[in-house]
Amino acid sequence: MSEPTLRILLVDQNVMRASILEEGLREAGCASVTVVRDMQNLLRRIVDVNPDVIFIDLENPNRDVLEQMFQMSRVVSRPVAMFVNRSDTETIEAAVAAGVGAYVVDGLKKERVKAVLDMAVSRFNAFNRLREELDRTKQALEERKVVEQAKGILMKEHGLPEDDAYALIRKAAMNEGRKVRDVAQSVVTAAQLLRPRK
Amino acid sequence: MTRQKTIVGFMPLLDCACLVAAAERGFASEEGLDLVLIRETSWANIRDRTIIGHFDAAHMLGPMTVASTLGIGHVAVPVIAPFALGLGGNAITVSIPLWGEMKEQGARPGADARAQGAALRLVAERQHAQGKPLTFGMVYPFSCHNYELRYWLAAAGIDPDHDVRLVVLPPPFLADAMRAGQIDGFCVGEPWNSAAVHAGAGVVVMPTTAVWELSPEKVLGCRTEWAERNPEILAALLRALYRASQWCEQPENHADLAGLLAEPRYVSAPAELLHRALGNRLVLAPGTAPVALNDFYVPARHAATFPWVSHALWFYSQMARWGQVEFSSRHEAAVRSTYRPDLYRAALAPLDADIPSGDSRIERFFDERPFDPTDLRGYLASLP
Repeated sequence: MSEPTLRILLVDQNVMRASILEEGLREAGCASVTVVRDMQNLLRRIVDVNPDVIFIDLENPNRDVLEQMFQMSRVVSRPVAMFVNRSDTETIEAAVAAGVGAYVVDGLKKERVKAVLDMAVSRFNAFNRLREELDRTKQALEERKVVEQAKGILMKEHGLPEDDAYALIRKAAMNEGRKVRDVAQSVVTAAQLLRPRK
Repeated sequence: MTRQKTIVGFMPLLDCACLVAAAERGFASEEGLDLVLIRETSWANIRDRTIIGHFDAAHMLGPMTVASTLGIGHVAVPVIAPFALGLGGNAITVSIPLWGEMKEQGARPGADARAQGAALRLVAERQHAQGKPLTFGMVYPFSCHNYELRYWLAAAGIDPDHDVRLVVLPPPFLADAMRAGQIDGFCVGEPWNSAAVHAGAGVVVMPTTAVWELSPEKVLGCRTEWAERNPEILAALLRALYRASQWCEQPENHADLAGLLAEPRYVSAPAELLHRALGNRLVLAPGTAPVALNDFYVPARHAATFPWVSHALWFYSQMARWGQVEFSSRHEAAVRSTYRPDLYRAALAPLDADIPSGDSRIERFFDERPFDPTDLRGYLASLP
């Protein structure tokens, strides 16, 4: 590549997401990626890195802090704007939907930035999918834990084998049109309430 | 009949009250709307998600609508403000150490903007001379907070761009930053002043209604294009908000409203602080009794929901004054068309609403420099 590599600053308090994007950018040949988590010295870092592109996660309330810094062009040597121009509404939409804000310095050629923007959007989306999967796994684990507890209570109370205890919960759920998890939770809660008080 | 889903973004502040009341107390559904409120973490997100259509409308800082329409600081997307979400609700708070120094220079609890400003000036000058200028926080460059704070400082003889430092900080971080000594003061909406006092970090110098009488704050903002495509939804939303604002005004509803706002999905602040602010009472200094501040936050009275065009023009005058945009008389028509009293009147016509007959009025400030919206150039020339 004849043109110098883009300097990229990434502001993200989520360590995992930041490293997913950083890795993607490096794989795509962007050698100059700086990750900032500490907001206190953000301005100093922007001045030092003098980035061409800044990414920030949209969950970050400090996004408004960043925008003010760009407002004050005296502080940052080159004017920075979100995205390149008005015709980029599709890019803006994709980025916001993925949860990333992108700021690009004035005068950069659109073609040069596009690949980097696309990379950020796809990596943020990948992270979102990961997070959803993690949430689902966590939920499934929680659910299993409650059902196991409820089965244990029924086995002890009624002297039932495990399979029958589970069948009892499932039948109650079907009869009442509730989820197995919810019935199991009720069993656990009821058992706690009925436990002899100390 | 299925209700029309309408998505509105908001920030966790006292003045999202009318939106919350409209969604939670039946005013939106009575107008056939399924009002879905989405909480946001930054004003920049509110702006972006409104202009790309994630939100149909949003709880916006009044000046944001003007900045977006003119394309200052971002892409130009015409945005309108057909409804104001109440008046007031802001205050200026300083750190305990700064308040101590201001008191030595004559500041007093509850004193007027002139007296407090004169005291601050003496402290600010000394700090500046020592190479340690005071730092003030506010929430966004295009906000009433920024302009009210600057107006007060400048009127007191403090140049907000040279004698002190102004920084943007998100409201939930202000009290901590103050306690850590990173900022000496800030201008923000409730409950964040009370939160700083409650935390023992600061003292409220005055509400900003002491700077600008019946000063505006948030508006309902939406893209012009959305409003044109959905005139009936917008009109229904304005009626729902108008009736919600009347409900928010009634003292007998304040406990219920404060309880709603206190929930984590809305403002997530102690109900007690919110209840006090709704009743126009604030604790000004840690450990003191609440004092009554007349018209501190007004959801409905004094035509509080009317989108005065003079508000938009004053914001523009301040954008030009502080160099956010170069003054141009060509901007004036665009600024005027941002605030839409015509849509307000048309939507509320079926209600028995008390609506002002003019679109603009003379705005009054503590230093007796009234703002005449018909003479922007003359006004700018008259300011210090």
